Amino acid sequence: MKLSREEVLHIALLARLGLTETEVDKLSEQLSNILENFEVLQQVDTSGIPPTAQSIALQNVMKDDKEAASLPPNQILANAPQKDGDFFKVRAVLE
Amino acid sequence: MIINHNRLTIHQAHQLLKTKQLSSVELTKASLERIRQVEPKVHALVTIIEESALKQAQKADKLIASGNIHPLTGIPMVIKDNMCTKGIRTTCSSKMLENFVPPYDATVVEKLNDCSAVVVGKSNMDEFAMGSSTEHSALFPTHNPWGLSRVPGGSSGGSAVAVATNETIYALGSDTGGSIRQPAGFCSVTGLKPTYGRVSRYGLVAFASSLDQIGPLTQDVTDCALVLNAIAGYDTRDSTSVSSPTPDYTQCLTTDLNGLHIGVPKEYFVEGMQAEVEIAIRAAINKLEELGARIGWEVALPHTPYALAAYYIIAPSEASANLARYDGVKYGFSYLDTKNMWEAMEKTRQHGFGAEVKRRIMLGTYALSAGYYDAWYLKAQKIRTLIRQEFDQAFAKFDALVTPTSPTVPFKIGEKVDDPLQMYLSDVCTLPINIAGLPAISIPAGFANGLPIGLQIIGKPFSEETILKIAHAYQQATDWHKRKPEI
Repeated sequence: MKLSREEVLHIALLARLGLTETEVDKLSEQLSNILENFEVLQQVDTSGIPPTAQSIALQNVMKDDKEAASLPPNQILANAPQKDGDFFKVRAVLE
Repeated sequence: MIINHNRLTIHQAHQLLKTKQLSSVELTKASLERIRQVEPKVHALVTIIEESALKQAQKADKLIASGNIHPLTGIPMVIKDNMCTKGIRTTCSSKMLENFVPPYDATVVEKLNDCSAVVVGKSNMDEFAMGSSTEHSALFPTHNPWGLSRVPGGSSGGSAVAVATNETIYALGSDTGGSIRQPAGFCSVTGLKPTYGRVSRYGLVAFASSLDQIGPLTQDVTDCALVLNAIAGYDTRDSTSVSSPTPDYTQCLTTDLNGLHIGVPKEYFVEGMQAEVEIAIRAAINKLEELGARIGWEVALPHTPYALAAYYIIAPSEASANLARYDGVKYGFSYLDTKNMWEAMEKTRQHGFGAEVKRRIMLGTYALSAGYYDAWYLKAQKIRTLIRQEFDQAFAKFDALVTPTSPTVPFKIGEKVDDPLQMYLSDVCTLPINIAGLPAISIPAGFANGLPIGLQIIGKPFSEETILKIAHAYQQATDWHKRKPEI
């Protein structure tokens, strides 16, 4: 199970993860090695077995849509890397 | 008078506080002094909290004076740095959150504040809880007090060390694949991972949402039960929180194991297991038999060998989704010298995350991507069903299962950090439990050349009372948990 450079770059793009050349090479090797070891999962017969998303049988956990106090703007912006008044300053989405 | 305040357990300290032989301020000062003494050797803490801790201690003393005291009132504790503490830096031992100050408290923190607990520190961990040795902290590694060149285990290494060295009386950790139990085993303390859904995850920085749980690390089982009493319970703010009633976990602590049927799954005695660990675990199981339990040796859980691969597909997949929020926009590290939005995100994540985190994000992203989802993530989730079914079948016959916590004693710092698969293997005894959502506790069960060995006791869902009872009985009949490192 060998991951090519292109595959590694594609995954990095999906994950929005910048990688150096060294990291691309290293990850290609390490991920290939890991996935090769995990190929054993394919040996297991899972026909007719439903997947488990989580171990408790809760479904559709809802709560009433009630109005309540929220955090004040200054607390919400306190960790903002860049701000302008009561706004988060962000990079342009559309050029 | 008291010689060593720091070696008090919660229940001992509580008695002394209640009878006014000791004050919370004295206890807190002793804790802070011990921290000053030991930290240069072990580096267990990211943030030491002095001023607000003393204020909390003073408030606790006033409450105690007015006759208002809960078992945890006024007792110093440490919180793993992935649980939000309002106004106090919460870093997840990552550059990404190095300067992040949460505007709210996690539910468990709120609950402890309601008891007037005293928080003296935030503890070091593997970055974003991804690791088994605390070597993947982006800040610094933590050292095992039983052998300073050795790892404390992970990812709750800092919490385990803080309790083992008596820097604090108890700690909170989190466990996704073994991150409370394995460091508890490596540091010779008691560590419990509750049933999934037992303790609220609100305010716990998410790693793998279907696996994460918060739990106590303590000096003995009684303390463990006291902390669980305080933190367990339904929370409307955690949609995976269960409204099963919360008993008083201290009521189950008897010493008679008669009538209990305990199974020993053979697959947990893995190839490559250290001989001394096997000897100690078998001796511990024999002790349980002496205490009245009926032992079923050679219980079969045939899908156990697949749990590691299933976990390391499921957990990274969920992590890749949970860590997508770290984009440098609303909080956390942000790389500013970039040309556009996408470059800003990519460079932020490149420089904000460490190698292990990147590895897991990549693994998870791959397993969830189009064309690979069925073969990897879906397949792992089906195997998860099989693993859970096997446990359910075993629990139809047995009240609990016992295994080693880890196949080896603590390894050396640097030994496995460059070999991801070797590192992953150190959790082979703990991961299946998270996959199945079961409760499990690790307790000290011996030493090999002065290095700790842990015994793991696994229960069926919401049977914390049973595993605490077994663990308590063992601790009443043995002294391993009373041994302290010379530091």
